[in-house]
Amino acid sequence: MRYLPKSQSDREAMLSDIGVQSIDALFAAIPEEYRLTGDLKIPRSYAESEIVEFFRDRAAENAQGYATFLGAGAYSHYRPVVIDALISRGEFFTAYTPYQPEIAQGTLQSIFEFQTMICELTGMDVANASMYDGSTGAAEGLMMAARVTGRHKSAIATSVHPEYREVIATYARYQGMPLATVAYGKDGRVDLEALDKAVDGETAGVLIQSPNFFGIIEDVAAIADVVHKRGALLVVSIAEAVSLGIVKPPTEADIVSLEAQSFGVPIGFGGPYCGVMATRDKFVRQMPGRLVGETTDRNGKRGFVLTLSTREQHIRREKATSNICTNQALVALMCNIFMTIYGKQGLKELAQQNLAKAHYAADEFRKNGAALVFEGAPFFNEFVIRTKTYPRAINDRLLEQKIIGGFPLKRFYPELENASVWCCTETTTKASIDAAAKEVAQ
Amino acid sequence: MAYPADFKYTKEHEWLKVDGNTGTIGITDHAQNSLGDIVFVELPKVGAEITAGQTFGSVESVKAVSDLYAPVSGTVTAVNEALNTSPEEVNKDAHAAWMIKVTLKDPAEADKLLSAADYEKFAAEEGGH
Amino acid sequence: MNSKIRKATTHISQNEGLIFEKSSPGKKAYKLPPLDVPAVDAEEVLGKAARNDPGQLPEVSEVEIIRHFTRMSTWNYAVDHGMYPLGSCTMKYNARVNEYVARIPGLAEAHPYQPTRISQGALRIMKMLRDQLMEITGMDAITLQPAAGAHGELTGILLVRAYLESQGSPRKKILVPDSAHGTNPATAAMCGYAVENLKSNAAGMVDIASLEAQVNQDVAALMLTNPNTLGVFEQEIRKIADVLHARGALLYMDGANMNALVGKVRPGDFGADVMHLNLHKTFSTPHGGGGPGSGPVACKKILEPFLPTPVVITKPDGTLGFDYDRPQSIGRVRMFYGNFGMFVRALAYIMANGPDGLRQTTEDAVLNANYIRKHLQGLYDLPYNTPTMHEVVFSDKIQTRKGIKTGDIAKRLIDYGFHPYTVSFPLVVPGALMIEPTESESKEELDLFIDAMKQIAREAEESPEVIADAPYHTRLTRLDETAAARKPVLRWKPQAELVAK
Repeated sequence: MRYLPKSQSDREAMLSDIGVQSIDALFAAIPEEYRLTGDLKIPRSYAESEIVEFFRDRAAENAQGYATFLGAGAYSHYRPVVIDALISRGEFFTAYTPYQPEIAQGTLQSIFEFQTMICELTGMDVANASMYDGSTGAAEGLMMAARVTGRHKSAIATSVHPEYREVIATYARYQGMPLATVAYGKDGRVDLEALDKAVDGETAGVLIQSPNFFGIIEDVAAIADVVHKRGALLVVSIAEAVSLGIVKPPTEADIVSLEAQSFGVPIGFGGPYCGVMATRDKFVRQMPGRLVGETTDRNGKRGFVLTLSTREQHIRREKATSNICTNQALVALMCNIFMTIYGKQGLKELAQQNLAKAHYAADEFRKNGAALVFEGAPFFNEFVIRTKTYPRAINDRLLEQKIIGGFPLKRFYPELENASVWCCTETTTKASIDAAAKEVAQ
Repeated sequence: MAYPADFKYTKEHEWLKVDGNTGTIGITDHAQNSLGDIVFVELPKVGAEITAGQTFGSVESVKAVSDLYAPVSGTVTAVNEALNTSPEEVNKDAHAAWMIKVTLKDPAEADKLLSAADYEKFAAEEGGH
Repeated sequence: MNSKIRKATTHISQNEGLIFEKSSPGKKAYKLPPLDVPAVDAEEVLGKAARNDPGQLPEVSEVEIIRHFTRMSTWNYAVDHGMYPLGSCTMKYNARVNEYVARIPGLAEAHPYQPTRISQGALRIMKMLRDQLMEITGMDAITLQPAAGAHGELTGILLVRAYLESQGSPRKKILVPDSAHGTNPATAAMCGYAVENLKSNAAGMVDIASLEAQVNQDVAALMLTNPNTLGVFEQEIRKIADVLHARGALLYMDGANMNALVGKVRPGDFGADVMHLNLHKTFSTPHGGGGPGSGPVACKKILEPFLPTPVVITKPDGTLGFDYDRPQSIGRVRMFYGNFGMFVRALAYIMANGPDGLRQTTEDAVLNANYIRKHLQGLYDLPYNTPTMHEVVFSDKIQTRKGIKTGDIAKRLIDYGFHPYTVSFPLVVPGALMIEPTESESKEELDLFIDAMKQIAREAEESPEVIADAPYHTRLTRLDETAAARKPVLRWKPQAELVAK
């Protein structure tokens, strides 16, 4: 087997050194009744060419080269080729967690840069080295708010991604954390009156998403006022990271949970993605996830190390801030490189193109007879329309033109009837928008 | 290391100095030596209640966390805020780096603790493996 | 003291500062195509929500970016360089074909919400991986949703809880051996269980008498790693499972050490009710500097109704789809379906091996660990005499006589051209050296490792001061972790801000 660097004579020499007759002696500790005597019932081994052909066939059974209007928590942005060229270096992707800093400065320094850029983009003081994704990050944000405040209730806007809310429900069930929901108003934003009613002196954290699941940008300042008045913390989830190029960051938040998938991470059927948490300096000891800090060596040279490790599971065990161990380091490196490539001006320009495409599409859809469900509040690159025909029927017709239409909302928001959320990024062409505009009118 | 004779000690390596109805609490030199460089001390707020034998905070080194166990019961009246910015003071002089002061609930509890001589013996036996 | 370091030589490596230190206004590394729709004014469209300060992101050119990350990468040690013997991490070869197939556009660009009729390829990959992992583990059902091992543990314990609740009471505590990985008790606490320690016996294994005394109606499950973190197979596994099952409790197996078992024995056969797998360990998906991982959870039939939604099913017309109608499900543990990119890689790994390759892999992993044990025994203290499987644990007891600890030996090993083993874990062995070579190491590489450890043992005896200050050949010497924790500096700050302070 080509991944095993031993010849039969090597094995025999080693067994002889060890002093056993055969390899079976080294498995003698396994009770005989359980030892497998035959092959596992899996297919025979494949040649590399067969493996490649197999996956190419699978890819062909998946849509390839379709235009897409899907967002809803996973975004199609162009991935600069420099990203894969760099992360494919074996020194990055076959290394492990940088526990031995003297031989891991490449990983450590890049994480330090990542933490810095996330702070700059989100307006927070400190950011971690990644969480699994935006959904678990949101759950962890609320649990962190509970630890910081010593309170136990949470309130969550229904305009937060429905799957994020499902995850939070799972996590919260056994943390003794009752969950209250906060409805959205006619403009698609959190209803401030409903929020006021849902938050009380026992609320630890309030979770909103901005831009929210409908693509609408929340009035974070107004929400923060209500939340902070009651002594609770505001947790803001950001699912479309590119929005930070042009949308004001939620500086009124206490905790930000970012999903950085838009920053150069393949959309890849749902994962791996890149969650990140960011917060204020004063809360850092309650923040989960790995942190890289700057320090010096014995000669005074600058270097980087994992730090504040006593928050983590390998030291605190059952009192840890979280059980997280392996996180998303390589994906965070992709995000790091993406943010570096676009940089200060590029992220703004990229966001401007997304804004332009989505607003052109909204206008064209409206002209063609679809109704924009939420008016009066700004949106970034996603918007919700209501069509005369059932969205799936429209999407079926679009599929014939190799276009994937917007995400029907019936499953999560049945009250919105024939509504669907549409996303345009810098990759969406005028031609697809025009073609889609024709179909939504039917 | 000389353990102040006017302090009382616990097997969890805390010291207690009693002055009338006030108790001052810290950790011993043996404790700071075992922990190594101390990076953070987590202490209760003024007004908190502590109970003899139960944890009231923790001390962190780079790679370990140690719980602090209350030698006596009482109400916290003062916290050494200097340890927030300079936890290394505990390493420099553990017996001078007090952590909290409490109003004693039951002064008789102090009598159950170890004397300096007994503690020194206990620490030597524990450390000597 | 004449040490001969054979595996590595010092070499010129490039310096590189922080990217922010290279930044200059006007430098660019990107070019966007021209807009084919009208531009919009952000202030007009977004109003108060428009961003006025873009933040201090760097402005550099593409060539500087390539040099920046290439230079930094050369400061890392990785599996591609040589043996990386971290215990229980299973640092094995990350096959390149896995990377190639994961990037095929139809898979890499698939949106999780695209209609299932154009996602059959992705679904088929998930189903095949699922089926093969069930066969490998001897379990009846599986979820691929968890993002990593710890996440899998959380999912597994939630399954246990849901099942016990359906039987009348979730119970109150989880037993965790004192040799367990920190994620185990942290997970139990997150599921609302109290954690109770289970002592190991003199051989480092579960103490059956303690187990019998501690398992009562309040115990929901035992979280067991098998082989344990000492690399030892729990021979009494049948008794352990029986004791638990007799009292209505379940056996959770932490699958971190599956590299000792694949193709030789199946946890489902020896009594585990639920377990997680680490695709980034046993199934070769890359460690990536700390993730991404993937932690599928496999279980027996009794736990199947509680699996996270959705579940991959075959519809009546023969196509594949997702089933969301699962009334007893514990819910979701994350959005979408799991780390699909890792499923592709793990499936490619299993396909490349086949049943014989997987079995040979496990045998080589165990052979390698035993070879190291044989050659270092005597020079390093072996705290437990029990048979070793895929990883061996020594202690620094002999070396501490000269004031040298496991952490120091690890640092000196870096000078010899290796990544250190796992230091000071498991906690049941004071001063532990936990070594897992994996099957990816040749006899030559193992001999170089053994030679290095032998020389270090001699240095510890004859000139311990050489070890105490190691490493010498790295770009940086030992870093001040105390200062980093006392006064954390967790981001770069622009000079102006620093001066203002």
